[in-house]
Amino acid sequence: MAFFLETLFGGLMAGMLYSLVALGFVLIFKASGVFNFAQGAMVLFAALAMARFSEWIPQWLGIESLLLANLIAFALAGLCMFAVAWLVERLVLRHLVNQEGATLLMATLGITYFLEGVGQTLFGNSIYQINIGMPKDPVFILDSVFQGGILINKEDLYAALIAAVLVIALSIFFQKTGTGRALRAVADDHQAAQSIGIPLNRIWVIVWCVAGVVALVAGMIWGSKLGVQFSLATVALRALPVIILGGLTSVPGAIIGGLIIGVGEKLSEVYLGPLIGGGIEIWFAYVLALVFLLFRPQGLFGEKIIDRV
Amino acid sequence: MFYRENGQFKTSYRTDQQIFPIAQDRWAIAALLLVAIFVVPALASDYMFRAILIPFVIMSLAALGVNILVGYCGQISLGSGAFMAVGAYGAFNFFVRFEGMPLIPALLLGGLCATFFGVLFGLPSLRVKGLYLAVATLAAQFFSDWMFLRIKWFTNNSDSGSVSVNNLQVFGLPIDSAQSKYWFCLGLLIVLALLAKNLVRSAMGREWMAIRDMDVAASVIGIRPMYAKLTAFAVSSFIVGVAGGLWAFVYLGAWEPAAFSVELSFRLLFMVIIGGLGSIMGSFFGAAFIVVLPIFLNQFLPALAGLFGMEISTAAVSHAEFMIFGALIVWFLIVEPHGLAKLWSIGKQKLRLWPFPH
Repeated sequence: MAFFLETLFGGLMAGMLYSLVALGFVLIFKASGVFNFAQGAMVLFAALAMARFSEWIPQWLGIESLLLANLIAFALAGLCMFAVAWLVERLVLRHLVNQEGATLLMATLGITYFLEGVGQTLFGNSIYQINIGMPKDPVFILDSVFQGGILINKEDLYAALIAAVLVIALSIFFQKTGTGRALRAVADDHQAAQSIGIPLNRIWVIVWCVAGVVALVAGMIWGSKLGVQFSLATVALRALPVIILGGLTSVPGAIIGGLIIGVGEKLSEVYLGPLIGGGIEIWFAYVLALVFLLFRPQGLFGEKIIDRV
Repeated sequence: MFYRENGQFKTSYRTDQQIFPIAQDRWAIAALLLVAIFVVPALASDYMFRAILIPFVIMSLAALGVNILVGYCGQISLGSGAFMAVGAYGAFNFFVRFEGMPLIPALLLGGLCATFFGVLFGLPSLRVKGLYLAVATLAAQFFSDWMFLRIKWFTNNSDSGSVSVNNLQVFGLPIDSAQSKYWFCLGLLIVLALLAKNLVRSAMGREWMAIRDMDVAASVIGIRPMYAKLTAFAVSSFIVGVAGGLWAFVYLGAWEPAAFSVELSFRLLFMVIIGGLGSIMGSFFGAAFIVVLPIFLNQFLPALAGLFGMEISTAAVSHAEFMIFGALIVWFLIVEPHGLAKLWSIGKQKLRLWPFPH
């Protein structure tokens, strides 16, 4: 039982990271109808920027404090993501308005290649560590319930906390601010939003910025857990089942879908993997999402697709 | 001035419905084929064959298959690499397990394996469409990656799924020199391209296009969506599977599952979109573009850097390649979202009026 709970917990932690990546997908898809394959590359880019800046800042400015250096690095990496967002809107999306979904998808794949190239040219291509001062020591909880308790990484708890703070901040931003209201209006109906004077181009920049920040947080957590390297870009492929499970247009769907996929992956790997040869977690998530799609084509929380001739 | 159709009267349905109704087109294609078959092998160096011509021919075939599914039937697929892998490993199993199995039947049977696999993973298309389907087809990709890595039976119990074939023969003629490989691939390409072209002009092809343009309307006028979508998956994955077999047998010789990764699926989709969706001709253009571009960049970038007196490391070159490749693709999608085939048809229209456009 304790082992099962440990696996479950590990799955939830992995799922939370998937949720963060999926959240970036969903935000952009809602606001601009672009299926942003570059989200994974954005995570890599942001994590690389964060890792390198937090290494360079103490050298440049002579700051001793880890927290301060990390904060400045975070801000600088955030600025990089804003620049990426602005450039993407200015140079790519603006010229591809009203194109088909497949063309936009390909364009974001082009952006993926570009970002991977730029990121590694600017920030180097080895494996880097992000040290944001999270404690790494494991703790045992629920000692009283099970014999020996459950082993949990403190780091995971902090990561969950950061993710929760991000989600809360995002929902406040979307619900309480004027910009957030404009974003929701655009997500609801492009034309109506435009007709009451919401500038679509600016909204796209903002939403790519938000997705960039989400990518930065995801990259930071992932990087501090496992190190920053090129394979981080493939995290997008791991997060795709999440969005088809949760629905392309639903923020809660991304979060809950992420947790389901994370848990499903870990449990299947541990309990089903040995039976059929191991390494099944990556396709198992897809098959899980596929089976689900057969019964509910729009995902868990997606909008119902209505076809008219 | 030369590209005119006046004076060419069509006096029967046969002449009206042929693939190239204009005589000049027929001559041009015939000349092109003759050049491809006889002149190119005489001129090309070994490097040309290995780096450009053979990959181009095989990738054209694969892009053709993907184009049937994506361009003609409108089902976006990111699992083409998996269909190639199934074609390759299927052909490998037939080739190795049956004593004296000739090469061509092995490849075709590999294609049939891919057909089966494609139909299986095409089933979700009956329920989901568009971008959801694109993600769903990734399941095929990751499943095949895993299958050929972990299930030893498919790879004849070899470690890490890497297998090789040798001693390829067609009708007793060995396929070992670069030229014979080229001819073999080109022959298959011509046959399958002709079949595909006729298929998309037939009732089946029109059904696919109806489904692509508006599936609900198509089913209202009596087209069975299930039949149309699954036949598109079947035909497409057959061609892609044969291309996969060729890629593995003829081009690679020895390969492992990583040769058919998701990267390959993306590249195939690039070829189709850059070449032009829903155009057989476009598949060739797209394949040429995607095959030649990395080679060109690889040669061109160090030369360019040398011009400015800079030394760039190989890592920097590969990063710059990534950047330029990505940027070119985005640029291309912006200036011509309908692909190279569209440019081609615009060019032909202009040529008809040239040199007196008014």
